[in-house]
Amino acid sequence: MINTNEILETLRMIDQEKLDVRTITMGISLFNCVCDDEKRLASRVYNRIVRQAEHLVKTGEEIEREFGVPIVNKRISVTPISLITGAVSDPLPIARALDQAAKETGVDFIGGYSALVQKGMTAADRRLIESIPQALSETDVMCSSVNVASTKAGIDMDAVRLCGLAIKELAEKTRDRDGFGCAKLVIFANAVEDNPFMAGAFFGPGEGDCAVSVGVSGPGVVKRALEHVKGAPFDVVAETIKKTAFRITRVGQLVAQEASRRLNVPFGIVDLSLAPTPAVGDSVAHILEEMGLEKCGTHGTTAALALLNDAVKKGGVMASSHVGGLSGAFIPVSEDIGMIEAAACGALTLDKLEAMTCVCSVGLDMIAVPGDTPASTISAIIADEAAIGMINTKTTAVRIIPAPGKKVGDFVEFGGLLGRAPVIPVHPFASDDFIARGGRIPAPLNSLKN
Amino acid sequence: MASAKKAVVTVLGFDRKGIIAQVSHVLFERDINILDISQTILDGYFNMVMVVDLSTPTCTFDVLQKDLNDLGKALGLQIRIQKNEIFEAMHQV
Repeated sequence: MINTNEILETLRMIDQEKLDVRTITMGISLFNCVCDDEKRLASRVYNRIVRQAEHLVKTGEEIEREFGVPIVNKRISVTPISLITGAVSDPLPIARALDQAAKETGVDFIGGYSALVQKGMTAADRRLIESIPQALSETDVMCSSVNVASTKAGIDMDAVRLCGLAIKELAEKTRDRDGFGCAKLVIFANAVEDNPFMAGAFFGPGEGDCAVSVGVSGPGVVKRALEHVKGAPFDVVAETIKKTAFRITRVGQLVAQEASRRLNVPFGIVDLSLAPTPAVGDSVAHILEEMGLEKCGTHGTTAALALLNDAVKKGGVMASSHVGGLSGAFIPVSEDIGMIEAAACGALTLDKLEAMTCVCSVGLDMIAVPGDTPASTISAIIADEAAIGMINTKTTAVRIIPAPGKKVGDFVEFGGLLGRAPVIPVHPFASDDFIARGGRIPAPLNSLKN
Repeated sequence: MASAKKAVVTVLGFDRKGIIAQVSHVLFERDINILDISQTILDGYFNMVMVVDLSTPTCTFDVLQKDLNDLGKALGLQIRIQKNEIFEAMHQV
């Protein structure tokens, strides 16, 4: 029997500490839509998604009401679109079909306008990457990603160069909204096939026909738990985080199981992530500061984040039957009030963020840089980040916004979950000749580690 | 699962006369049995937790939830009903 204190504790976590389920994401395979006629392909994609996800939003809302836990987003991820557009000349009609299907089903986002090019690009992959600026500027809720590197394949530097150009062009096309389009594009290394989080969600080719996955959240709950162990050694800190992560993940597992049962779709995974929002009390940076750092980004931040990321996984893994996705602590700058403050006061720099991505769950996320940053510099930032992922056998990513017309110290405003970010400086020295080389950086050796 | 048919009603807000009576009345009207009840008052702030049996409901969960929400609004209290599984998931291994 559950006691009164436990019940009131759960209510406090939801009401005051912003415990929520960030997303129920339905993964939908589009392989059965493949054909060589653009119009028919687009209508098949639209019908497939609308039919499969018909009850997703309603079911999510029912679960939210009955269990009293907020489910912030309902989302859809699909097969990487370049894999189904090999026989058509233009992927843009599919982008429009995805956006329309998402709106028809009422979900918040749809992800999977993606290409997996870690080893090389097919003609369809290249067409898709080149179409990203147009696709993301004319759609509203569609997200895109490109996997440019992996530990087994190395880094595709031709794709890295193209992605830098695509990001610049996309920022320009969405100039009136501070380059907002770039918030919907992630460039990955070692991308996972079952990630429920945006903008990088796609439903990988190794998945089945359909699955529902859940991404949990709850930085506020962890921060509050750490407030009770002020000054205690790190052993206690790690234990406290593990116990809290366990509870948060159990909520995710319950929601995932219920969604799977009610929608009659297999359960995919629970993604054990601490996903912040710009709201006060929902910050990963504030957890790091609670460990004893004056500001996130100062010396000690990487160690604090390493402990947090590892303890979240250790605590969460026992609470769920299948763990996957990106699992860990996210460090998006614009989406985290503590990160915004730290970047604005100069405590948090791009170089420190890069170091933090060696131990966090993903990578450089929602970072605004000056609008005059060259495409080659953006490509070089992507290459650095991909190298970290490749060598350390982890997922890394870049979601960066070269905000048109903005300079260091200005702010970009995206609103909602995407928040706001100070424009932070990049190195002024050029990487043009480095990026112009193209080719592939070979896959690394996985022994003789030092 | 036996717990699948239980729910927890929580009432939070400033204390006043008749809160338990009125919440119980809504449940009685819908033929719902109260299995457990506990109440504390901290600095005039009223906390009540009730476990109720939903195994033989005379209405849907949504209707009951609306009844309780309406009562909460009328009394200026936060009244919630949540299925029991969320608490079991979080607090039991």
